Amino acid sequence: MIGFWVLAVALIASAVFCITAVKPVYSVVGLLVNFIALAAMYLTLQAEFLAVMQIVVYSGAILFLFVFVIALLSSGVRPFDVGPDKAPRIAIPAIVFAVLTLAIIAVTAIRTTRVREHATGQATGEAGVGVFGSVANFGQALFGANLLPFEITAFILMVAIVGVVLIAGDEGPGGVVRRKKRRAIEREPILRPPDQPVKKVTQ
Amino acid sequence: MSAPVDSYIGLSAVLFFIGVIGVIVRRNPLIMLMSIELLFNAANLALVAYARAWVNDDGHIFAFLVITVAAAEAAIGLAIVAVTFRSSPRVDVDEVAALKG
Repeated sequence: MIGFWVLAVALIASAVFCITAVKPVYSVVGLLVNFIALAAMYLTLQAEFLAVMQIVVYSGAILFLFVFVIALLSSGVRPFDVGPDKAPRIAIPAIVFAVLTLAIIAVTAIRTTRVREHATGQATGEAGVGVFGSVANFGQALFGANLLPFEITAFILMVAIVGVVLIAGDEGPGGVVRRKKRRAIEREPILRPPDQPVKKVTQ
Repeated sequence: MSAPVDSYIGLSAVLFFIGVIGVIVRRNPLIMLMSIELLFNAANLALVAYARAWVNDDGHIFAFLVITVAAAEAAIGLAIVAVTFRSSPRVDVDEVAALKG
């Protein structure tokens, strides 16, 4: 019970720090604390496999991707994190809207969480099929009744990989256009007489 | 004795609220993406809490799928941010109005 409140305070504080930080790198640190606290929270809910997945996928892969992109973008002409990031005029109505959303969620949750607390789900200390929250049970559920969603997950990941390569890679359609543009810029003389018309770049 | 489900759902709602504020108020695309990750996490917490309440593994399966989709979303979002920034170095999403890359 005390653990829950400690973790809850850590989660909320790190989330607030994440969205109020000035630089994205600080936000990444706040997000890291948030993810780790959430993994501990999953452990208190007997979701062992999800706790491990939370650390591996979120703290390992996604945060690494964020840090990598920040480092990549900061290597250009100016640091990425010096943006204005002003609070726009929309801030006040946005906060009102978000409070409204929170109220709706709270009302819905209060009306629907009156479920019976089953007594059979207590941790028995042993791991195996049939024990709620154990990795064996999770694996049996994932590869048994939920095999099709799992396979569709693989498809989603493949689509994401292909899409990222197409968007950001140098070989996709956008990459070809960018390469042509770059080549044209390289061939064009930087200083030319203003009266002469620009020659067409012939391939 | 663990905390009741209501506490977890309330915490999930608060985290979702913080994430919504982050998405709407901040204009830095990276911090907006991180706020979206906060939203995913809040939803996952609710799913796992309900799974614990009903002693049913389906919530865990669903949270697992959400984690997968979050990973795909982060990868594509960051790729779009990188491409947008490469064509014009701006850090305000309000200024990025052109659809042409």
